[in-house]
Amino acid sequence: MYDTVIIGAGMSGLAAGIRLAQFDRRVCIVEQHSMVGGLNSYYRLNGRTFDTGLHAVTNFAARNEHTRPLVRLMRQLRLDWDWLRLRPQYQSAIVFPDAILRFSNDPELLLSQVADRFPGYQDRVRRLFQSLLDYAQWNSPDASVSTRRRLAELIGEPLLGQMLLCPVMWYGNARPHDMDWGAFCVLFRSIFLEGLARPADGILRILRLLVRRYRQLGGELRLRSPVKRIVIRSGKAEGVELASGEVLLARNVVSSAGWKETLRLCGLPDTCPESEPRLSFVETIYVLNQPTRRLGHGDTMLFYNRTDQFCWQAPDGEPCDLDTGVVCASDNFAYQEDDPGVEPVLRITVLARYDRWAALTDAEYRVQKELWRQRIADVLDKYVPGFRAHVEQTDMFTPRTIRHFTWHDQGAVYGAPHKCRDGRLPVDKLYLCGTDQGLVGIVGAMTSGVLIANQYCLRDGDRG
Amino acid sequence: MTPAEIRSLIVEILANIVPDVDLSQLRDDVPFREQLPLDSMDFLDIVMELRKRFRIQIPEDDYGMLASMASAIEYLSPRLVREKA
Ligand SMILES: Cc1cc2nc3c(=O)[nH]c(=O)nc-3n(C[C@H](O)[C@H](O)[C@H](O)COP(=O)(O)OP(=O)(O)OC[C@H]3O[C@@H](n4cnc5c(N)ncnc54)[C@H](O)[C@@H]3O)c2cc1C
Repeated sequence: MYDTVIIGAGMSGLAAGIRLAQFDRRVCIVEQHSMVGGLNSYYRLNGRTFDTGLHAVTNFAARNEHTRPLVRLMRQLRLDWDWLRLRPQYQSAIVFPDAILRFSNDPELLLSQVADRFPGYQDRVRRLFQSLLDYAQWNSPDASVSTRRRLAELIGEPLLGQMLLCPVMWYGNARPHDMDWGAFCVLFRSIFLEGLARPADGILRILRLLVRRYRQLGGELRLRSPVKRIVIRSGKAEGVELASGEVLLARNVVSSAGWKETLRLCGLPDTCPESEPRLSFVETIYVLNQPTRRLGHGDTMLFYNRTDQFCWQAPDGEPCDLDTGVVCASDNFAYQEDDPGVEPVLRITVLARYDRWAALTDAEYRVQKELWRQRIADVLDKYVPGFRAHVEQTDMFTPRTIRHFTWHDQGAVYGAPHKCRDGRLPVDKLYLCGTDQGLVGIVGAMTSGVLIANQYCLRDGDRG
Repeated sequence: MTPAEIRSLIVEILANIVPDVDLSQLRDDVPFREQLPLDSMDFLDIVMELRKRFRIQIPEDDYGMLASMASAIEYLSPRLVREKA
C-alpha cells in the first residue's frame, strides 16, 4: 500500500514525488514512456542529444531573491539554486510588421523600447509592471476577466497591447483567442519581470538530478508502466491498475496525465466539451555549424507575428499556421567559461492542429512533413537570413509526435483550455497536478506538483 | 527535551529549509517571517519535519504557534517532554 501513486514522470509528477518522499511518504511514480520528462524530455538522434521541449526556463531569479517563485520552488524541494546552472538570456525580440520591441531580464530595457516606439505609453506599461508585482495570483476576483479587454483598458494602444500579449500566449496559453487575466499576470511576470534563462546543460541533467534525488529519498519510479485505469470504490480512488494488470493500492492518487485524460482513466463521462481544437505545435530544429551570432542573429528568443491582428488559435483549415511563431537560439545565453560547450541549435515553433496531422496515412504524413519543413524554413530565413547554408542536422516534430510520446489529447502542449485550479476531481482522494491544474512551463509544472502534494497529500491526517 | 534543545532543533530544521541564510542572529521574540525569507508554505515544512522526526501531529489551527521561536518553544515543550534531542 502506497501513501501516494503519481501518474506521470513529467516535471509536475517528479516534483510532487520529491516533495512527498522528502517526508517519508511511500510514493510510486508510474510512467507509460521508457523515459522521464514528459513534455520536457530529450532524445538521441544520430549521436546527438536533443531537448524536446526546452527553449528557456521562465521565472529567472538570483539565488538571494527569496520571494521569487523559482527560489521558493527550490526551497520546497531542498535543491540548491546553483544546481540548476541557469544562464540568463541576452535579449529577445517581439517582431510585428510595424514594430519591434526588445526585452531582457532587466525590465528597464522593455520600458525604454516602449518609450522609443510608442511615445507616451511608457508610464502605462510601468504601471502594469507594478500592478503585476503586487498581483495576488489566482484568488484575485478579476482572475477570469478577458486579458484582451483588460489590456485595451490599461494600455490603450492596440499594437502595443498585442505585442505584449504575444510572448505570453506562446509561453503558456491553452485558451484560443484570449486568456484569463490571472494566467496572464502570472506568465507575464515570469517572462518579462523575472526573465528567461537556460540550464547550462539542457534538460537532461536536470531530469537526472530530479530522479536521483527522488530515488535517494526512497521514492519508487516505474517506467514503461501505463496506467490503464484508476481503481475507484464508492467514489473514492484506491489506486491504479497498470496495463499489465497489476494493481497498485494507494491512499491518494495524483495524476499529471491531463484533466480529460484522467477522467477517462476513471471511466467517467466528459462533462466539459470543447468547441475548438486544442493548440499544438510543430517545431523544426536545426543544428548549425557555427554560432548563431555569426549569422547576424543575436536574439535569444524571437517572437514574431506577420499579420495586423495577432491571432491565437489552432489553424483553421491547414495543419500549420505560420503567421506567428517563436525562434529560439540555444547558444544565445550568457554561458560561463567552464560550462560544457553548447552547440548552436535554432528552433522554430509554429501553431498546428492535431486532427490534420492525425488523419494522414504514414506516406502522406512524410510528404506533409517535408512540405511544411520547407515552408517553415522559408519563414525562418526571413528572420535569420541565410541560415540554410549552415545547417548540419535537422529534425522536426508535429502534434502527432507529442501525442505519441506524452499521451496528451490532441498533442496539446498547454493542455485543456479550461483549468482545474483546485486540482480536485469528482472522485475522492484523486487529484490533478501539472498542466491542467493551470500552471504550465517547467517552473509552473513543478510548482503545481509541489502545491498539490502540500495541499492534499501531506496535510491529510490519515497517516499514523 | 529542554527548551534549549528544542531551540537548536528548530534552528536545524530552519537551516534545512533556508540553507543560505545566517541563523546565528535569530531573535526569539520576533516572528520568523520578519527575520527570514519564509512564506506560509514553509511553515508546513516545519510541521512536517517535526512530524517526521517525532511523529507528533500539529493540527492546522495550531500552525500559528510556530510563528516565532519563543512561541514555538512554548508550544512544543510539553509535547516533546519524553523525546531525547
Ligand atoms: C515543444 C515544447 C516546447 C516547450 N518549451 C518550453 C520552454 O521553453 N520552457 C518551459 O518552461 N516550458 C516549455 N514547454 C512546456 C513544458 O514542457 C510543460 O509545460 C511541462 O513540462 C508540463 O509538465 P507536466 O508534468 O504538467 O506534464 P507532462 O510533462 O506531460 O507529464 C505527464 C506525464 O504523464 C505520462 N502519462 C500520461 N498518461 C499516462 C498513463 N495513463 N500512465 C502513465 N503515465 C502517463 C506522460 O507520458 C508524461 O510523462 C514546452 C513544451 C513543448 C512540448
